[in-house]
Amino acid sequence: MDVLGRYRNLIVLVGVLFAQVLGLAVQVKRTTDSESTRLVRIWAVDAVTPLERVLVWVETSTSSVWHNYFYLRGVRAENRNLKAQIERMSLEQVRMSQDADQARRLQALLAFKEQFISKTMAAQVIGSSGSEQSRSVYIDKGENDGIKPDMAVITAEGIVGKVLRAYPSTSLVLLINDQSSGVGAILEKSRLQGILKGTSSGEVALEKVMSDETVPAGELVLTSGGDGIFPKGLLVGRVTKVGAGSDLFLNIRVRPAADLSRLEEVLVVTKIDERQALPDQTGAARAVDILAGRLPGVPSKPENAEKGDVPGAAAPGRVATATSAGSEAKPKAAPPPVSAGGGATAVRKTATSSDTGSGTSSGTASGTKPAAAGSDAAKAPPKPLKAVVEPKPQPAVEDIPH
Amino acid sequence: MAITYTSGAQVEVYRFSVPATVLIPLTAVFLQAWLPLRLHFFSIFDLPLLITIGFATARRSPLAGLFTGSLIGILQDALTHHPIGLYGISKTVVGFGASSLGIKLDVENAGARFLLTIFFYVVHEVVYFLIARGLVGLHMAWSWPHEFLSGMANALLGVFVFLLLDRVKQRT
Repeated sequence: MDVLGRYRNLIVLVGVLFAQVLGLAVQVKRTTDSESTRLVRIWAVDAVTPLERVLVWVETSTSSVWHNYFYLRGVRAENRNLKAQIERMSLEQVRMSQDADQARRLQALLAFKEQFISKTMAAQVIGSSGSEQSRSVYIDKGENDGIKPDMAVITAEGIVGKVLRAYPSTSLVLLINDQSSGVGAILEKSRLQGILKGTSSGEVALEKVMSDETVPAGELVLTSGGDGIFPKGLLVGRVTKVGAGSDLFLNIRVRPAADLSRLEEVLVVTKIDERQALPDQTGAARAVDILAGRLPGVPSKPENAEKGDVPGAAAPGRVATATSAGSEAKPKAAPPPVSAGGGATAVRKTATSSDTGSGTSSGTASGTKPAAAGSDAAKAPPKPLKAVVEPKPQPAVEDIPH
Repeated sequence: MAITYTSGAQVEVYRFSVPATVLIPLTAVFLQAWLPLRLHFFSIFDLPLLITIGFATARRSPLAGLFTGSLIGILQDALTHHPIGLYGISKTVVGFGASSLGIKLDVENAGARFLLTIFFYVVHEVVYFLIARGLVGLHMAWSWPHEFLSGMANALLGVFVFLLLDRVKQRT
């Protein structure tokens, strides 16, 4: 009895340590420990996150008031630059849509199924785990908002991580630089696949790439879709260092595109759809429409024009896709670039075919022209294009190739 | 000035009010989770550990020290995605050790507090490392320079944290 009293403190220490080690062993033994310790975690999260929410709200509100009502210096210049950027991107979009359409057509031929993000939810990062060993953050959306474990979390720059645990009003997001994370990744050019994992020092490494492969520094790393969490093709980061690794694999270091140490707002991918790739039925019309929409004084739709599915579109492009011939002969293969004048001519021929309501061989022949029209018109200066798209049915008929 | 006590009669024991006992550890865990998002360098600090050491050395009761460390550690564990107990065990050991040492040493001066914090920071990291590798199977890298520098940084912050704790502790 005297011994027990004398070593009471030590006995209690051993007892407490034993209990914790036992609890730890039970959690490690179980494959899913989320349920066994869920109550403790919910209590801890509920004790800490409300204050974090309040602070983030105060911070955001203050910043919003300051930036939206007081600190407006340089806004005009920024607005001007953004408008110019939109102009450039519209033209770029025209070009890209042609490439995308071609890719979709090829995928359709191969019966590919593509995944795409159909629904996302914006969330604010309100806190971290507070440990260097656990690279994870808390967001202000949880089960009540439809968040579930294993949902992908991304930003505009690149992927961030996945939802590990969803609590009623918050969620724990495991970042891609945590050593327990794993993302299926593919190198953009060499198409080599590997597994993206975090290291103990918080870096990101691409593993399982054979050492006899050549991987240049600077190559982009994308998601491969193989993990079933991230859809294929999302930007992960860029290769920064390649060296000889252990065993037969390369040691590839990747710098994440998203700044994981300064996350403020993220998108949770709440729905990913899978569908068979189909050629875009409105690709060519969209290309012309974008250009036509930017032109001043484009005349309204002619009375006799076919009723298509693109409201407000300029007649030539619209009809070209509305006809079966036009749809068949859409710009599948990227044509060689032609001069601005050529582009204008091509559009004129499209107009001709639409006006004549072609489904004939000549219509098909002319229907191949919109392929050039779509892409080349993008490069054509607006002025000649405007002159061409004016509805002049009579002269246009003369341009039908025989 | 001697830094060791020659008899138990010289030891002054302090206590903390209930609100301070609850709110200070909670605030420490909250700041540890929130500040690294805004000030990235803050992740090098372990504020809950400093509170554990501060409470333990002031109370000078091994039992109170180990239970305080245990609770603070479990709270910290619950915010991570690792199994609960990693920080719990480490801080239990630190809480017990700091309060036991607090009986023997004069921990009222800044120099002693500085050295004590470095020592217990390293103890904490060693225990955490051993459990994480041995029991949980985490792949952790150990670097003495990093741990020593982190210990120095924590000890510097600890000196100020202990000064703040001095203002709320009450003599029994």
